[in-house]
Amino acid sequence: MSYNQENIRNFCIIAHIDHGKSTLADRILELTSTVAKRDMEDQLLDNMDIERERGITIKARAVRLNYKAKDGNDYVFNLIDTPGHVDFNYEVSRSLVACEGAILIVDASQGIEAQTLANTYLAIENDLEVMPVVNKIDLPSADPDRVCNEVENIIGIPAMDAPRISAKMGTNIDEVLERVVTDIPCPKGDNDKPLKALIFDCFYDSYKGVIIYVRVLDGEVKIGQKIKLMATGAEFTVVETGYMGATDHVNAGVLHSGEVGYITASIKYIGDTKVGDTVTDAENPCDEALPGYREVNPMVFSGIYPADGARYGDLRDALDKLQLNDASLSFEPETSVALGFGFRCGFLGLLHMEIIQERLEREFNLDLITTAPSVIFKVNLTNGETVYIDNPTNYPDTAVIASAEEPMVKASILSPSDYVGNIMELCQGRRGIFKDMKYLDETRVELHYELPLNEIVYDFFDALKSRTKGYASFDYEMLGYMPSKLVKLDIMLNGDIVDALSFIVHADNAYARARRIAEKLKDNIPRQLFEVPIQAAIGGKVIARETVKAMRKDVLAKCYGGDITRKKKLLEKQKEGKKRMRQLGTVEVPQEAFMAVLKLDE
Amino acid sequence: MKNIGLYIHVPFCVRKCRYCDFYSVTDLSLTDLYTAAVIRNIKAYGYGFDTVYFGGGTPSLLTPKQIGAILSAAEIAPDAEISMECNPNSVSENYLREVRLAGVNRLSFGVQSFDDNELKMLGRLHDSVQAVAAIETAKKVGFDNISADLMLAVSGQTFESLRRSLSTVAKLPLTHISAYMLKVEEGTPLAADEDLLAKIPDEDDTADMYLEAVKKLGNAGFEQYEISNFARDGFECRHNLKYWRCEEYLGVGPAAHGFIDGARFACPKDLNKFISSEIQETVTLDEGGSAEEKAMLALRLVKEGLPLDEYPDAEKRGEILIKSGLLKKENGTLRLTPEGCLVSNQIICRLIG
Repeated sequence: MSYNQENIRNFCIIAHIDHGKSTLADRILELTSTVAKRDMEDQLLDNMDIERERGITIKARAVRLNYKAKDGNDYVFNLIDTPGHVDFNYEVSRSLVACEGAILIVDASQGIEAQTLANTYLAIENDLEVMPVVNKIDLPSADPDRVCNEVENIIGIPAMDAPRISAKMGTNIDEVLERVVTDIPCPKGDNDKPLKALIFDCFYDSYKGVIIYVRVLDGEVKIGQKIKLMATGAEFTVVETGYMGATDHVNAGVLHSGEVGYITASIKYIGDTKVGDTVTDAENPCDEALPGYREVNPMVFSGIYPADGARYGDLRDALDKLQLNDASLSFEPETSVALGFGFRCGFLGLLHMEIIQERLEREFNLDLITTAPSVIFKVNLTNGETVYIDNPTNYPDTAVIASAEEPMVKASILSPSDYVGNIMELCQGRRGIFKDMKYLDETRVELHYELPLNEIVYDFFDALKSRTKGYASFDYEMLGYMPSKLVKLDIMLNGDIVDALSFIVHADNAYARARRIAEKLKDNIPRQLFEVPIQAAIGGKVIARETVKAMRKDVLAKCYGGDITRKKKLLEKQKEGKKRMRQLGTVEVPQEAFMAVLKLDE
Repeated sequence: MKNIGLYIHVPFCVRKCRYCDFYSVTDLSLTDLYTAAVIRNIKAYGYGFDTVYFGGGTPSLLTPKQIGAILSAAEIAPDAEISMECNPNSVSENYLREVRLAGVNRLSFGVQSFDDNELKMLGRLHDSVQAVAAIETAKKVGFDNISADLMLAVSGQTFESLRRSLSTVAKLPLTHISAYMLKVEEGTPLAADEDLLAKIPDEDDTADMYLEAVKKLGNAGFEQYEISNFARDGFECRHNLKYWRCEEYLGVGPAAHGFIDGARFACPKDLNKFISSEIQETVTLDEGGSAEEKAMLALRLVKEGLPLDEYPDAEKRGEILIKSGLLKKENGTLRLTPEGCLVSNQIICRLIG
């Protein structure tokens, strides 16, 4: 098909988890015959196992579709599938910039959720045409009129004539495609200007090097062209360029303004290609880079250790490999007295952390012990120096601390109004500062709180879900640092500090937290030959104490008919069990104990 | 020719007990063919024996004639200990008299408990009256080496019911007691019975019941010589001592185990195969007699213990265990205290390996 900018539509889909984004994408792919039926598998755009299982999109992806509209013209659709989670807020914003429009999917029974709202505002801020679609009309609980009203009232865009569809059943999908043609504007780039393209995603391919996904704003990119990445200043020669078919890349040799596609240029390090950066012609550069580029910095840190110390090398290799595709993952070697050799890893947020841990365990078959997540604390020392602490072990002695600060977030929580009391109680318990509350309709409210990031990195989301029967949704953005009364809490087993269990906590919460941790440890450390005292202390002063009683009996097998194999098996089992234990002084601590202290909310 | 032990596994039971996962079948029509196969094997191996042990299953389901045929086929030392396990309900006075004449000189009754409630929960076929009667009859017909098995921490057991069982033991003409703790084995009916499982005493009570049993049995003249075994002076089970001392024994019959020439072997759990084979098939398990295995077994013998000259590291490793009363050092050996017996797996792991 010949190039005609007016027949291009670049759009993304905004939806809350489970509202049907990937299913709609699948239906669109089918209807445009982009994917042969035989290649069709559910959630085609979500390549990673974790994405398919959790129904979330971690990496952005894009696909080009050809659509013959009812007006008789052929259109090129570029569907950019964006991550929906707050951890990847920056990536989301860059994907949005690559589009002229966004399909907003709203569940016909559940209505708008916090994340949808956040991403919709982001789309509107970036001047995207937002096109609502009401999905899951096949559900008995569907109430499309109410949901359309909600969209109009809350977001302020017309929605009464929004397509009402069932992506699952394939109902009214063609209406969505027609509306993409009529409602979403075409790109308005200048093909004659110097090349200006936005990087909205990139990944590493072991044969081609880094493959960058771009939206060309102005100009053209061609094979053999010398390109420059403006933020990093790196220059490369284009080896391949083209567009993304549903299952493979099509090397078209050129990308024009308004088009979405990929570039390979023998790029070895993913660190050279940053999402949000501008690609231009090295010899004939554009005047200025696209606005909005920034470095993404990890917000949450945690120690990751192999359960089996011998697999330290494997863990390093695995992290190296993940980093090839995920420049936002940072890690450096760390040593713990309790856990041995491991890595201090930095993540964009909680989901990012969970995903990395899960991928390490699944894709690399590693058994991990992770320490409690920590944020970066800002500590002003008495000598005038300021230090940033991402590992509780390195927290300075109280004597040299003048003041301390911790990062805050602005949290937005959407929930049925029945649970407001529970939510407020939770947020107060987490040192939240109430900002405002507004009713979206008679039954749903939006609450705003300022919360210390440190209070939500543990188990806030789980706690919120359990207090609202799973109905509340939650979103946050960074606010900056605020002075805080922080203390370092140490955990001692049999009198010895276990470094991997130390953490920073607000002084007012220290006692409650200390008690919970001591109880959790007591429940998770098996009885041993000797009594094990568990103590939680601040600066040497014990504030909570529990005791694991001494073991009274282990399993005695009857040695019957001269069969001593049962005894040997018991002994082997005992040894096997010992292997899964960490020997801390005289105390054996199972891995689970380290994990259990991460989940303190019941 | 040196004499070794002979273990004969008699894999017949009238019914299986709820907690039991040892091999047995309920088709009693095969006992003749089984006896013939045992005799073939004993002759083929050609060893001499100074201890013989009929275990099961239920050996008392064999007739005195069958027992006699097996014993006369074996080369048995004149002073040999010849033990036989019996179920209290399957033996008459006549039966006991005849097996004694056939050569058996030690009986081990699967009493398990003298409390009818506990016996019912275990799924045993006898009651306490039958158990008492069987032991007294055995004495009457001339047995002067009689053992009883007791189980500790079974469903429904209380300190009171345990004490009652133990005081009954003290009054009976018994010379030996094996006191085992109930272990719930996977796949047994007990393991699937929530109700019965809930009635098993907890860890602390179980431990205290064991200690109570050790004490009460000691008071009654049964000195502990192994983690689970107690005997009047001179009545330790010579056959079982062979197991703990890493001495040789031949196992005959489906599911029997043996230890000969440094190799441990097992016979498949298959009665039909055993009967139809000229010589029983055996599976070599591993090399027996490793230092670790020896130590594991030696520690069980609480009157002999782990010889420190053979395990020089153990003393240092055991220091803290001695201090806390789980081990004691005597005559150059480390021995488990009753409290130590309860956590012997942990202790073995700490001392060796």
